[in-house]
Amino acid sequence: MSLLTVNNLSVSYGAIEAIRNCSLRVEQGEIVTLIGGNGAGKSTMLRTISGLLTPKQGTIQFERKEIQGQPPHRIAQSGLVHVPEGRGIFANLTVEENLQLGAYSRNDHAEIRKDRERALELFPRVRERLKQAAGTLSGGEQQMVAIARAMLSRPRLLMLDEPSLGLAPQIVQTIFQVIREINNSGTTILLVEQNAAMALKVAHRAYVIEVGSIEMDGPAAELASSDEVRKAYLGAH
Amino acid sequence: MMRGTSSVGSDAAAVAKSEAAEVAVKGNGWTGLIPIAIGILIALVLHFSLPAPQRSYNTQILQIIGIVIVLAVSLNIVNGMTGQFSIGHAGFMAVGGYTAASITYYGSMLLWGSTVKHGGFLGSGDWLFLGSCLAGGLVAAIAGYVVGLPSLRLRGDYLAIVTLGFGEIIRVVLQQTGPLIEDIEALQSVGLKQLVPPPLGGSLGFSGIPKYTNLFWVYSILAITLVVAYRLKSSSAGRSMISVREDEIAAQAMGVNIARQKVTAFVVAAFFAGVAGGLFAHSTGTVSPKDAGFQQSFDYVIMTVLGGRGSISGVTLAAVFLTVLPELLRDFEQYRLIVYALLLIIMMLVRPQGLLGIHEVWEMFNRRRRKAETSGSDVSPAEVGS
Repeated sequence: MSLLTVNNLSVSYGAIEAIRNCSLRVEQGEIVTLIGGNGAGKSTMLRTISGLLTPKQGTIQFERKEIQGQPPHRIAQSGLVHVPEGRGIFANLTVEENLQLGAYSRNDHAEIRKDRERALELFPRVRERLKQAAGTLSGGEQQMVAIARAMLSRPRLLMLDEPSLGLAPQIVQTIFQVIREINNSGTTILLVEQNAAMALKVAHRAYVIEVGSIEMDGPAAELASSDEVRKAYLGAH
Repeated sequence: MMRGTSSVGSDAAAVAKSEAAEVAVKGNGWTGLIPIAIGILIALVLHFSLPAPQRSYNTQILQIIGIVIVLAVSLNIVNGMTGQFSIGHAGFMAVGGYTAASITYYGSMLLWGSTVKHGGFLGSGDWLFLGSCLAGGLVAAIAGYVVGLPSLRLRGDYLAIVTLGFGEIIRVVLQQTGPLIEDIEALQSVGLKQLVPPPLGGSLGFSGIPKYTNLFWVYSILAITLVVAYRLKSSSAGRSMISVREDEIAAQAMGVNIARQKVTAFVVAAFFAGVAGGLFAHSTGTVSPKDAGFQQSFDYVIMTVLGGRGSISGVTLAAVFLTVLPELLRDFEQYRLIVYALLLIIMMLVRPQGLLGIHEVWEMFNRRRRKAETSGSDVSPAEVGS
């Protein structure tokens, strides 16, 4: 049984259908990436899974329970944690407070402390910034805080929306390395990316979404070498 | 990138320190009440050390300052911490004030036959008064719940209009109330006809309220308000309110129920506004429909803006400043509004984030010190991200 199963999902903004009949699944322990161009419906997919949007039809099952239509905070509490596009940092709070908010719905203080330590080991840079207002950090550091914060809520599925957006190539490398480390320590990841090359490198499996429907899927390595994907997303001629 | 072991050690120390601070703030059991006890002690000293004629000008001003601080600090929970924009705070104050006034006015008439102040310091009249203020707070809190509900769907300007409308509705409704019942005989022979609309004074206002409010009550309640506001701010509940202000989507992704946080903010703020309304009614002896109006609400909004959103001490300072200033300018009556407006404009130009931004007074000093400490370290200044 998959950790997350999306079945025939359709989502529309008013009269415009952003996602049509999409199905995907994420197995325990995988990194699955959803790649596609601008406006293909990638973020819409994540926002629907995390409850920010209500689907017009279709089902979303997380750990065998149907979650479509539930309020977002309930879904987050059940372990499906979304790092929104543009990072969603609490700019006027310190980095420390941002991390504390990550553990908002947890009560096991000893475990939270351990998770905090683990998150800070992943991102030494974040540790240096703990007392600083999060808004004064660089874009890359903010992305690190956003991921560290999400880790503090102990996600069973971590959904990252464009973690490489607007970051320097070197920072992108760091972020993706950490994504792999997080996955190695047992967290399942659903990654939405425009940077298809990077995403396909770290992911196990991939889905290609185009104008609202899933056009291709398969092992990431296979897709990375397929002509269509290379032409459309990897810039090969 | 990694710093030396010594700095890791200092980091651990800092964590331990911040945890200790958290324990100190949260307290365990009764120790958390110490700040409130200190506040009440100060209130007692104030009450007994100031000259006896309670109605002296300075005492009156001191009372009003305390009440205004309660109003501004409570509004700050909605406008500053949670990031909603309410300009109907005076409406909640009036709801509380009228509720409390009708309880003490008609209550003491029924209990003691007249509306004259009953009993000495902490006598039976005082307890009736305290109960009426709490009742005022509760009724205002219910109103806060009702007004908080649209905040789940409305944002920014639209929410502001709803809260503005609430204040105006309260004002107009209060204008339509019937005349007061002035003595015990009339009250005993009252018929249903005189109770619809309720006898709350109509557009002339509710007057003749026994003046139970004194410095002790004002500053005790102020102490409680400040401690509650501060502990709320430094608690997980307060942080989740601030997260709603900062980014609703990210807050939801952290499992914060933003609907509940918004309504809670409205309810808590309205409760304190209602209690302050009770204090106000029993301080001047009158409360009138215009006290619910836009002008009053706006004064409190200005205080939260000047003080800095979310800064309790900043808003407190702004409330003191903006209450004292018009009094000082009383001699220059005709220039008063000009100076007032000019000060506001200058403030907006020079420090748009408010006096203290989101920080507290003492944090400003800490920050300066920390900056001095870290200026020599290897931490490069962060480039500001988008």
